[in-house]
Amino acid sequence: MGWNRKVLRVNLTEGTCKEEPLNMQWADEYLGSRGLATKYLVSEIDPKVDPLSPDNKMIMSTGPLTGTMASTGGRYTVVTKGPLTGAIACSNSGGFFGAEMKFAGWDMIIFEGRSPKPVYLYVENDKAELKDASDLWGKSCWETEESIKHRHQDPLIRVSSIGLAGENQVLFACIVNDLHRAAGRSGVGAVMGSKNLKAVALRGTKGMSGIKDMKAFMKITAEKKKVLADNAVTGQGLPKYGTQVLMNVINEMGALPTRNHQNVQFEEAGKISAEAMHEKRPTDGKTHLVTNAACFGCTIACGRISEIDKGHFTVVNKPEYWGASGGLEYEAAWALGAANGVGDLEALQYANLLCNEQGMDPISFGATIGAVMELYEKGVLTKEQIGIAAPFGSAEALATLSELTARGEGFGKEIGQGSKRLCTKYGYPELSMTVKGQEFPAYDARGIQGMGLTYATSNRGACHLRSYTVASEVLGIPVKTDPLVTEGKPELVKAFQDATAVFDAAGICVFTSFAWTVADVQPQIEAACEGDWSMEKLNAMGERIWNMERLFNNAAGLTRKDDDLPPRLKTEAAQTGPAKGLVSGIDKMLPEYYTLRGWTQEGVPTPETLERLGL
Amino acid sequence: MRVVFKLFASLSDLLPAERRGNLVDIEVMPGTTVGDLITRYRVPEKSAHLVLVNGHYIAPAARNTHVLKEGDELAIWPPIAGG
Repeated sequence: MGWNRKVLRVNLTEGTCKEEPLNMQWADEYLGSRGLATKYLVSEIDPKVDPLSPDNKMIMSTGPLTGTMASTGGRYTVVTKGPLTGAIACSNSGGFFGAEMKFAGWDMIIFEGRSPKPVYLYVENDKAELKDASDLWGKSCWETEESIKHRHQDPLIRVSSIGLAGENQVLFACIVNDLHRAAGRSGVGAVMGSKNLKAVALRGTKGMSGIKDMKAFMKITAEKKKVLADNAVTGQGLPKYGTQVLMNVINEMGALPTRNHQNVQFEEAGKISAEAMHEKRPTDGKTHLVTNAACFGCTIACGRISEIDKGHFTVVNKPEYWGASGGLEYEAAWALGAANGVGDLEALQYANLLCNEQGMDPISFGATIGAVMELYEKGVLTKEQIGIAAPFGSAEALATLSELTARGEGFGKEIGQGSKRLCTKYGYPELSMTVKGQEFPAYDARGIQGMGLTYATSNRGACHLRSYTVASEVLGIPVKTDPLVTEGKPELVKAFQDATAVFDAAGICVFTSFAWTVADVQPQIEAACEGDWSMEKLNAMGERIWNMERLFNNAAGLTRKDDDLPPRLKTEAAQTGPAKGLVSGIDKMLPEYYTLRGWTQEGVPTPETLERLGL
Repeated sequence: MRVVFKLFASLSDLLPAERRGNLVDIEVMPGTTVGDLITRYRVPEKSAHLVLVNGHYIAPAARNTHVLKEGDELAIWPPIAGG
């Protein structure tokens, strides 16, 4: 529907909800979602603001393809200054919430200030109001969604909410929508919690409107859906096995970070893989995986819906976890499993369910547990301090620490600060596997060299979704490159970063990029949106968005030293697998990357670069 | 000589009955290539998408000339992706 041209500005301090027109000049320069919301944020807040103060703002934004017939057009983005990193935070989620925002007639919602008491925002088409959420405070995301639907007697309301983790300002708290989709990274849920905003509930019945050329749009979106269907990855591989199929691939390649990155291969990877999810359990004869699932408008359907073993020690007498629910996806399975040396699939799913239920990023949570286990094995942390013996491989420790962290109890409070703060507190900052304070995802920078540069330069802290060079280095998409070398990786990372920004700004899922390039997205935007949307314009916009985020981070106080990897990845060589003997070549790649970006060797965009990009 | 042969995802069913999970230890003649095993186990050419020997990628053009050595681990996946 292109844009609705309407922004909802919610001042939580004053309790007001006001409509204002979308800045169409900015829409022309930043398109939507990640791009446009970031433009609003950087224009409205002081980069040095305390992320958990009322002066920080939080924006939920759709893109012009959100809510349309474009495949995967269901995405929305949460943009704010992140409490985990002190950098720009930008977390993207699927499900149905984003499309509902468009159907209610809005492009984005800007939250500012802090409510004096817990509230939730209720939007029904043009009507928007803050409602008391005192009775919802203390409830999980699952309970909150159910309560709001019941209260309004409308099962079709779409809800994004925080659980206990967001309320307790766990620094990796996420915002959960549609029960198990999440704006997961960088602690956006903690910002929401700091504002006493429990939930956002949307109901839109306006449907789709505003497409520039509806006939052309329907034609091109149908053509591009066929591209996805005909592609072996998006048409067959992802729906059948989901992202989890990577567990064995990355392990074989010697790039599966294991036991807090001490190893690059996990001997029990097969037990927590996609293949294992398809196998019948000896205990009850059922498979872990129940079915796949799709977000709004998605023709790929990579999502996993699983059912935990009711007899597993984690869920005995806990029927609330027995039903089919979201997970496991690759990142969660890695972070809760290999990162901690835990090979118990059911325990991983239990921890994953708690993350969904109470709103925690399983990547940062799981990776922080890995740091705790290493500190325990070194004798720095004791059983008495943690509340349970926590050696690598302990499913019992994983389950207990999931509960403590989700509820903000005992040692869980310290885990909720993330591994950087925790490791620093106990005198071992080098054991935190983070960049800019955010924990690594599931690819080792020694075995997939491009991912080291991806992590180091990601504007939101270590992240795989800012430039997923795994596509090229492992899967051969669009071309196969050698994962063990650094040559050519700066160009590859920059290209992926800029292109990903375009996909994100459009309001579609980056997984389409396994089959689509920007050239496939361009005609869909062109048909949907007013204005001229050439390839040149989109490519420049992707680079502009990246640089805009960088400028914010620089102004927030981040420098070249924040574009670095932990010493373990630069000095401790991989001990097994194809990368045996290798460390990350980040120090070789970073200077070349800066030059390619048109930045100084201190990581600052030059005046010429800013002028070229219109910044 | 013995090598380890691994098939993953939808290819798993092509493994012989004596498989252990996704792998089987097999005896092969010296000089056996990656392509020979792909043919022997009837892995459709289009499905032999990601082919690794000891974790190293073997490009399609090299499969019929890449000779396996004692103890090698050959692993094959159909087109897949993740994130």
